[in-house]
Amino acid sequence: MNVLLVLIPAALFLGLMGLLAFLWSVRSGQMEDLDGAGTRILFDEDRPLPARRTGA
Amino acid sequence: MSVAIALDAEVGPATCRHCAQPVGAGAGEFCCAGCEGAFALIHELGLDGYYSRRDAAPVAAGDGDAPVANLAGQVEISPGGACTLRLRVDGLTCGACVWLIESALGREAGVDSARVNLTSRRLTLRWAGAAGEADRLAGIVRQLGYRVAPFGATETDDPTASAEKELLRCMAVAGFAAANIMLLSVSVWSGHATGMGEATRTLMHWLSALIALPAVAYAARPFFRSAAAALRAGRTNMDVPISVGVTLASAMSLAVTIQHGEHAYFDGAVMLLFFLLIGRYLDSRARGRARSAAEHLLALNRAPVTVLAADGSVSVALPSTVPVGAMVLVAAGERVGVDGTVALGASEIDASLVTGETAPQAVAPGSPVFAGMVNLAAPLRLTVTASGEGTLLAEIIRLMEDAEQGRARYVALADRIARAYTPVVHVLAFATFLAWVLGAGLAWQPALLIAIAVLIITCPCALALAVPTVQVAASARLMGRGVLLKSPTALERLAEVDTVVFDKTGTLTLGRPDLLSDAGRSAADLEEAARLARASRHPLSKALARAAGPGYVAEGVREVPGCGLELDTPEGPVRLGSRPFCGVRAGHSPEVGPEIWFARPGREILRFAFADIPRPDAGATVAALKASGLRVELLSGDRAATVAALARELGINDWSAGVDPQGKCARLAELRAAGAKVLMVGDGLNDAAALSAADVSVSPSTAVDVAQTAADAVFQGDGLAPVAELLFVARRARTLVRQNLLFTLAYNLCAVPIAMLGHATPLVAAVAMSSSSLVVMANAMRLSRPGAKRRRLSGDIP
Repeated sequence: MNVLLVLIPAALFLGLMGLLAFLWSVRSGQMEDLDGAGTRILFDEDRPLPARRTGA
Repeated sequence: MSVAIALDAEVGPATCRHCAQPVGAGAGEFCCAGCEGAFALIHELGLDGYYSRRDAAPVAAGDGDAPVANLAGQVEISPGGACTLRLRVDGLTCGACVWLIESALGREAGVDSARVNLTSRRLTLRWAGAAGEADRLAGIVRQLGYRVAPFGATETDDPTASAEKELLRCMAVAGFAAANIMLLSVSVWSGHATGMGEATRTLMHWLSALIALPAVAYAARPFFRSAAAALRAGRTNMDVPISVGVTLASAMSLAVTIQHGEHAYFDGAVMLLFFLLIGRYLDSRARGRARSAAEHLLALNRAPVTVLAADGSVSVALPSTVPVGAMVLVAAGERVGVDGTVALGASEIDASLVTGETAPQAVAPGSPVFAGMVNLAAPLRLTVTASGEGTLLAEIIRLMEDAEQGRARYVALADRIARAYTPVVHVLAFATFLAWVLGAGLAWQPALLIAIAVLIITCPCALALAVPTVQVAASARLMGRGVLLKSPTALERLAEVDTVVFDKTGTLTLGRPDLLSDAGRSAADLEEAARLARASRHPLSKALARAAGPGYVAEGVREVPGCGLELDTPEGPVRLGSRPFCGVRAGHSPEVGPEIWFARPGREILRFAFADIPRPDAGATVAALKASGLRVELLSGDRAATVAALARELGINDWSAGVDPQGKCARLAELRAAGAKVLMVGDGLNDAAALSAADVSVSPSTAVDVAQTAADAVFQGDGLAPVAELLFVARRARTLVRQNLLFTLAYNLCAVPIAMLGHATPLVAAVAMSSSSLVVMANAMRLSRPGAKRRRLSGDIP
């Protein structure tokens, strides 16, 4: 049963990492616009932007 | 993006290239100048990709000449010199709109970031430079075809947003703890069967305690706070038994762990918190969304006003920032934004939102006018007055306060249950303890453990979820139909309604003039008149243009204030306007209702008659309401003839006309004294007091500020069907809540005897509590599924 002494802390550590990642995402506002985030990923520019016209 | 491709294929030459609305034959590629401008801007910025990316067509960009408040004052400037502006944006349909706005603004010099939140419909714009850039940047968004409104100074931070974030964090901590403790608990439970050693079991219990105690201390704070507040006020609520149960379960489990005992309830305590926090978070989010959507609507409708300074300069400001005594200009066709008296000019105003009266009223210097009235004929200058004593608004507010005081505070069902539930459960636990010690002669420690197990298993997890889960499902479904629930107890009060009282103007009708059809009028004549009408913002011109559909605007149309529109043609002047302006002989035809005349040289003069027509589904909705056993009544401030005609058309038998605000309140009081539960549906300033006096109230999103604030729910759109849908969902929600409560009662009747006999091991508690919570949640979700019975109350309304 000594393996528990390694496995339980390992499981808790991994879980804790997940929790901290979630709390970080809440703090940095990633949970504020779930509708937008879902579509935003589709609209990344995959070619360079055209040069901005002066005086536009 | 198959949707976008399909849409592109549909966009043939006969639809607007920007908004995809049909365009009159030969009228070009665009339905209006606004759309043409938006298309040109998008093209110029190289953002044509928008048209292939969107999966819903935007609304028409409109004329875009509505005044916009000076935004420079709304800019927050950080110490580093960076400017931040937050705007509400209306007209966002999908992610492509987000992309379009962000890309268009991101290409402006100096803009650091532009971020659109699609959920809350807010744009956060940061740039380096002068605060005065704000108007230009907001102008780009407007030019793209979206409406913008600034955040008021007081509403920049949503107080519920931080509470919601706290709930989310608590939920995450409780979820993490519940999962990990369950891992340990399952091994302990299997250990009972396979002979786990006492040392290993105690190690598992200590590990569980290590996770559970900090987690409970952190995640149960919302419950502890609420319970403490209730106890201080001498009441109990659902959070009191929850707090007691969780605290006792943790404390007892710690004692068991110290004594190397067999049964620890850490998993039960934390899992209970996790389930409750899920329910609480969903509830808070659903309510927050509805409230912020309602605020959004109000802010966008609060149009800025044009202020004339003493030195003759003109500026645009938000109504709330205009000082008393200032001079305000109101153009013809514009809605009056502030209360005041007419200082200069004579005109006709449409006071239907304020008094319910649809016939225009003449105003002259000295006449009082109120926010919500529409200036019909000629420009006016107003002196702003405070909404102090003696004004109509002050009278309405006084009536509303009286009505609020008269209404007994409605106690939510969950709170009523909690008041009865808490003492019963605590007495049961105490009786169990006494029975085991005195009756069975057990030592006090094991008897206490059994008594605490009773408290844990009766901890009202399912009971606390029974009502909020149904409310979440109901408000999500209603939001999809354009109904925003503002009050948390609105659904419960709606379910009891047996009488529906409607206002007329703006509620049963659309509150705007619409062209009446006339068999003797040719489509060519209508189109010819519409070419003049499209140049004007007068309500009747707009109604005429709406009836004719999109098309050309004639060049060189002059607007003659107070008279009409004039166009010089080679044959002579063409005129569209009032009787005297068009030279109509007296006695040509009787003057009933709003009308405009169309005079062309050498042709017969034409009359266009208008009326405030009922909402398209008003008759069907009234019939559906009556079919489901509700009494429908009409209370209007308008003239008897108009009200009677509408009541007959819609099949309403009980109607009263010419009722003033006091009269409406008195009628509602009379109905309520007779034992009726009244739903009031109204939109005007004159309805505001009645809305507060009714058991529950609803207003359309076109209503005046005061009415929308007083109402418990707000519905959007041209249809009246949402009112029927609202009543249907409320009744359905009541059924589901009752089923949930019956289920939890049955659960407690089974579980309590088991616990009292001392058989409630942690395994039994975990299985019983989680399964009951899941059953309650699953039952609530049935409301979001469009069931076969949903059409019963909404009738055949499309």
